[in-house]
Amino acid sequence: MESKLGLDFEKVAHARKLAKNIADGVQEFVDQYTTVAVERTLCRLMGIDGVDENQVPLPNVVVDFIKDKGVLNEGVLFFIANAMIQTKMQPQQIAEAVAKGSLDITQVVTTDPKVIADTLQPVVDANVNRIRARRSRREHYLETIGEGPKPYLYIIVATGNIYEDVVQAQAGARQGADIIAVIRTTGQSLLDYVPYGATTEGFGGTFATQENFRIMRKALDEVGEELGRYIRLCNYCSGLCMPEIAIMGAFEGLDVMLNDALYGILFRDINMQRTLVDQYMSRIINGFAGVIINTGEDNYLTTADAVEAAHTVLASDLINEQLAFSAGLREEQMGLGHAFEMDPMLENGFLYELAQAQMTREIFPKATLKYMPPTKFMTGNIFRGHLQDALFNIIGIWTHQGLQLLGMPTEAIHTPFMSDRYLSIENAKYIFNNMRSIGDEMEFKKDGICRKRAKLVLDNTILLLEEIVNEGLFSALEKGIFGDVKRPKNGGKGLAGVTAKGNNYLNPFIEIMKGKR
Amino acid sequence: MSEGLYSMEAKDFDKTLDLTKIKPYGDTMNDGKVQMSFTLPVPCGAEAVEAAKLMMKKMGLENPSVVFYQELTPGFTFFNCYGSCSHTVDYSTIYVPKVESNTMDMYETDEYIKENIGRKIVIVGASTGTDAHTVGIDAIMNMKGYAGHYGLERYEMIDAYNLGSQVPNEEFIAKGIELHADALLVSQTVTQKDVHIKNLTNLVELMEAEGLRDKMILCCGGARITHELAKELGYDAGFGMNTYADDVASFIVEEMVMRGMK
Repeated sequence: MESKLGLDFEKVAHARKLAKNIADGVQEFVDQYTTVAVERTLCRLMGIDGVDENQVPLPNVVVDFIKDKGVLNEGVLFFIANAMIQTKMQPQQIAEAVAKGSLDITQVVTTDPKVIADTLQPVVDANVNRIRARRSRREHYLETIGEGPKPYLYIIVATGNIYEDVVQAQAGARQGADIIAVIRTTGQSLLDYVPYGATTEGFGGTFATQENFRIMRKALDEVGEELGRYIRLCNYCSGLCMPEIAIMGAFEGLDVMLNDALYGILFRDINMQRTLVDQYMSRIINGFAGVIINTGEDNYLTTADAVEAAHTVLASDLINEQLAFSAGLREEQMGLGHAFEMDPMLENGFLYELAQAQMTREIFPKATLKYMPPTKFMTGNIFRGHLQDALFNIIGIWTHQGLQLLGMPTEAIHTPFMSDRYLSIENAKYIFNNMRSIGDEMEFKKDGICRKRAKLVLDNTILLLEEIVNEGLFSALEKGIFGDVKRPKNGGKGLAGVTAKGNNYLNPFIEIMKGKR
Repeated sequence: MSEGLYSMEAKDFDKTLDLTKIKPYGDTMNDGKVQMSFTLPVPCGAEAVEAAKLMMKKMGLENPSVVFYQELTPGFTFFNCYGSCSHTVDYSTIYVPKVESNTMDMYETDEYIKENIGRKIVIVGASTGTDAHTVGIDAIMNMKGYAGHYGLERYEMIDAYNLGSQVPNEEFIAKGIELHADALLVSQTVTQKDVHIKNLTNLVELMEAEGLRDKMILCCGGARITHELAKELGYDAGFGMNTYADDVASFIVEEMVMRGMK
């Protein structure tokens, strides 16, 4: 491919190699550990669901039980297999018995890996097939009713009440949205369990629960059939329950998941060891389920300056890409993130944004890039805000972004009204149609502002990646390399849920999901 | 009325400005012109437009005119409207409590602290409760600051600690005690269902229960926070839109000197 920006692709290859080196260092660590969230995910993959009489989810009941017995390191599947052999019960019944206090699942009758694997096999197959069926259902829709053109129009609903969200989501789809993201309630990322059932109360968003996923999936299928266009559903695979949300989404047919390897560490102060182990399992599931993951580099620019910190976004995109490859994700499933966040008063700011968006496109040619709208410099002046969003949309269509997260004129005022979404979708549709082929018509002037900008950002990215290679990612995060945020390796939330894998540990899903995509 | 570009209405009202009876201004004094948009939960059509006009009349708008309307989804119609407001407001008797301090820039504040307090002061900030947004507290505290106003971390005479977001109020207070804070800053961004009011009230109550309320200066901030609201909730000051680190720092140091905190 010829670069319209005059990018030196040898430099890009070098940057990618550095990122791979960093990701390999992380993977070496990740392979040796498991977490309570990963183990709860395995419970769900064994079909365990529901809550006990105190509303504690059964996966938490089972995992807390073995953790309290000090044997979390052996992994929950080892004990479930043993209990299955001993009691002849299915995993769900076993979990219910643990909840009642009538079964101690840490009694071991065999450590023979073959016997254990054979015992688990039928349940493993059944649940893997549930995900396969969901995936084919999506593929069937895409083949029959089809989808909107890229960039997909991505909007957010956030009423706190899943039933009200349905009304907003269906309205958005009819107005032209291709992806509906149900924003999570404030604070859910720090819950070390996933709430159960349909929910109608949330702050700034709606709880992510499996039932809520199901309700919204059904609503979007209805409206998709009505419109003759498949509507994707997005949620947040982040926080302390990353892989659990992934499996719930895989079971219920979610299409897009926010699923950054580093976001939780930087912006939710979740322990880095915990997040890095959790992101691996969650991404394996998302890869297998055909989900497009979104990464959260845009957030760096809400805390750091968008001009000065542009290279941290590219560096993180490259690392996120390599970590995603480690988990078996295809490039097309990578919604690597970047954002339009420069100060609107900056002279030629549009050109810098354009250069960076084009650069990101050329460096990740197959990725379904996620382009985030202005937020930091949205002021409450809805009229200027609508213009800022228009400039953002021009760059989206010009540089062939994958997911265009639509900015709202009322950003910084309230969660969007139904009419705000209408105005934003109208804005994007107008510009996308009116400027559809501009990217194919235009080239960037040799030695001009855009080419220089792209070169500078790439050069700085390489310097930063070289620094991280020397430091290691853990130590780089401790020094505040991304988003100006510093996080200690043993600090943050959720470290107590991390443990080194023991001798009997098994997780057959890693092989199955990475191997048979 | 919405058909033509030019209004042919006779302007037979008093066109002199009277501050005891002000009205919105379009292009003529006292024309009362208001521009608004809203959505009604009814199907798009002539009845919807009529409903919108009736709604505007009830809001006190004369000559309501719907200039644009659009179905958002079946059962919901969006309107852009204009009308002339029939109400007036007495501007001459308005009193709004404001943060009473002279805003100094960073250098002046540092100088002021050296001269009047004679030691570094400690300011601890966080976005507390369930609020995950750091944008507000970062704008005030981060070294770089916001919109050309340096943040508190850059001040020579201020030890600034930004604890980030989702800090429980108890932890926030404990950190304030540990660091011998002179002032606590709490930022609130999410305001849905008044969650910020509950959280801010909780913080004041905790501080009072600990007997700390008089020992530290307590300020809150956020796009939807006003000084008036802050005072009502028991804070020393509230910083809303268009206020920066300079405003916060100036208030704190002047308040400290006024209270004789050394």
